[in-house]
Amino acid sequence: MEWFNDFWSTYSTLVFSVGVHALLALSIWLTLSCGLLSLANAAFMGIGAYVSALLTLQLGWSFPLVLLTGGIAPAVVALLIGAPVLRLSGVYLAMATLAFGEVVRITVLNLEITGGPEGLNGIPLETEGWHIAALLALTIYGLARLRRSKVGRAFEAIKEDEVAARLMGINVDRYKLLAFTLGSFIAGVAGALNAHFTFFISPREYGFEAAVDILTMAVLGGISSLIGPLLGSSIITLLPELLRSLHDYRSFVNGAVLVLVVLFLPKGLWDPRRFRKWFGKAKGAEA
Amino acid sequence: MNTPQTLLSIRNVGKHFGGLHVLQDVSFEVPAGGIYGLIGPNGAGKTTVFNLVTGLLAPSSGTIEFQGESLVGLPPHQITHRGIARTFQNIRIFKEMSLLENVMIGMHEHLKYGAGGIFFNSSACRAAEKRARERAFELLSWLGLEHKAAMLADNLSYGDQRKLEFARALATEPKLLLLDEPVAGMNPSEKTLLMEEIINIRNRGYGVFMIEHDMRFVMGLCDRIAVLNFGRIIAEGSPDEVRNNQEVIEAYLGREEEAA
Ligand SMILES: Nc1ncnc2c1ncn2[C@@H]1O[C@H](COP(=O)(O)OP(=O)(O)OP(=O)(O)O)[C@@H](O)[C@H]1O
Ligand SMILES: [Mg+2]
Repeated sequence: MEWFNDFWSTYSTLVFSVGVHALLALSIWLTLSCGLLSLANAAFMGIGAYVSALLTLQLGWSFPLVLLTGGIAPAVVALLIGAPVLRLSGVYLAMATLAFGEVVRITVLNLEITGGPEGLNGIPLETEGWHIAALLALTIYGLARLRRSKVGRAFEAIKEDEVAARLMGINVDRYKLLAFTLGSFIAGVAGALNAHFTFFISPREYGFEAAVDILTMAVLGGISSLIGPLLGSSIITLLPELLRSLHDYRSFVNGAVLVLVVLFLPKGLWDPRRFRKWFGKAKGAEA
Repeated sequence: MNTPQTLLSIRNVGKHFGGLHVLQDVSFEVPAGGIYGLIGPNGAGKTTVFNLVTGLLAPSSGTIEFQGESLVGLPPHQITHRGIARTFQNIRIFKEMSLLENVMIGMHEHLKYGAGGIFFNSSACRAAEKRARERAFELLSWLGLEHKAAMLADNLSYGDQRKLEFARALATEPKLLLLDEPVAGMNPSEKTLLMEEIINIRNRGYGVFMIEHDMRFVMGLCDRIAVLNFGRIIAEGSPDEVRNNQEVIEAYLGREEEAA
């Protein structure tokens, strides 16, 4: 067991990050699966992180309640901004959600209670490995169920052809709001988990760069199944560790990876249809 | 035909896009049962009528009623819930989905289970999904597509894509099915096949309201026909009445003969 203890003391933070990033990639997968290019998930994560950290630091709430509220807080915000924002689509939605992210970041930067640019320090270490594992498993299970239900099919239909979906009797606006809000909830919980193992959070972690990182994870992995975001988030988290010398160029590498994937593998690394083409009909099962 | 009951009633409907008057004072009634045809030359405003009925566009004036209730102002999904389904002039199936999934999308509103049912995979949820799958198979088999149920819709031939669109529309359990030029772009044998499918659908008790270009085709198929020309109804009645209407001959048939 000694090797494990050594490994854990060195790499636990990294393993935790893989889990949190997986949750974030799944959160954006959810909105993408409904055809929404929303880049608000970094900000939702930030709201979850700050709200949960403040609840722990100032009110001493119990951790499960803190986690739950960390998800609910951004979900309430998503419900409020969803109606006007989700009228937009494509690039306009991306721009509006990025702008929302900036508003959140600047608000946090200027509030007293959030510690301004210095952020919040000394957040107790509450997150344990099994918390992340359990919530990740629960999320994967929930999303897998959703995918196979009428809701998942409605998302898919909206993504493919919104007008046809409406005329099939689907309340498109309501389902878009559902995808947006559920995604914000997952991102918020990820933020709360993250805040309680990093000791410290600051507005910088939830800005534009984080928004692009989250998108990169999902797009790199591919969004045609749940495996894609899990794969993408693992690669994006582990790559800089494997190539330590590239650490300073992290954004550059991420950007390059995104461009290359979009150019050469538009459906991401994990694309069941391409696999079927490569390996014949035997590998037909989609995850 | 002895069907005095009116299903869809369009009264004094006008539609303009800015200064472009696409429909003016359009009135006609689609009776319950049978096949009703809307014909007219290119750009006459036929598709616009469908877009108004299905709620994709709002009329500039006039009323549209379905079973005595106004449809004006309702969002498209609610109009579908009331019992109107449609197909599109340019086929709009979900290409990335299987045929079965396409049809199951049409059943969306009829699947009654909630979030808890989904998460816990409740027996009610499983039963509803199973019934929906069976019904989807049944609808596909009506159109002879059941053996292709697992295929990706993208891989279908043009004619089969049309049939899939029929099946998907029927899955919403409509009382009235709107077909926008269902046989456009098909060869004569495909046309005949599809015509039989439309008759089958009618025989199963669905009301059919179809737009068609091909005069001969509509004449043999429809119980009543309305003729639209430059946004106005110039004739309405049985195929024979329409065929012998002088204005129609000039506006529509004359043009076709010129072209021929
Ligand atoms: N959304 C819109 N905005 C502006 N103009 C439109 C719109 N929809 C239709 N039109 C115009 O209205 C007129 C009638 O179009 P519509 O599609 O209803 O004709 P149609 O009878 O279906 O023709 P076709 O036989 O070619 O399908 C056309 O001149 C078209 O350009
Ligand atoms: Mg048309």
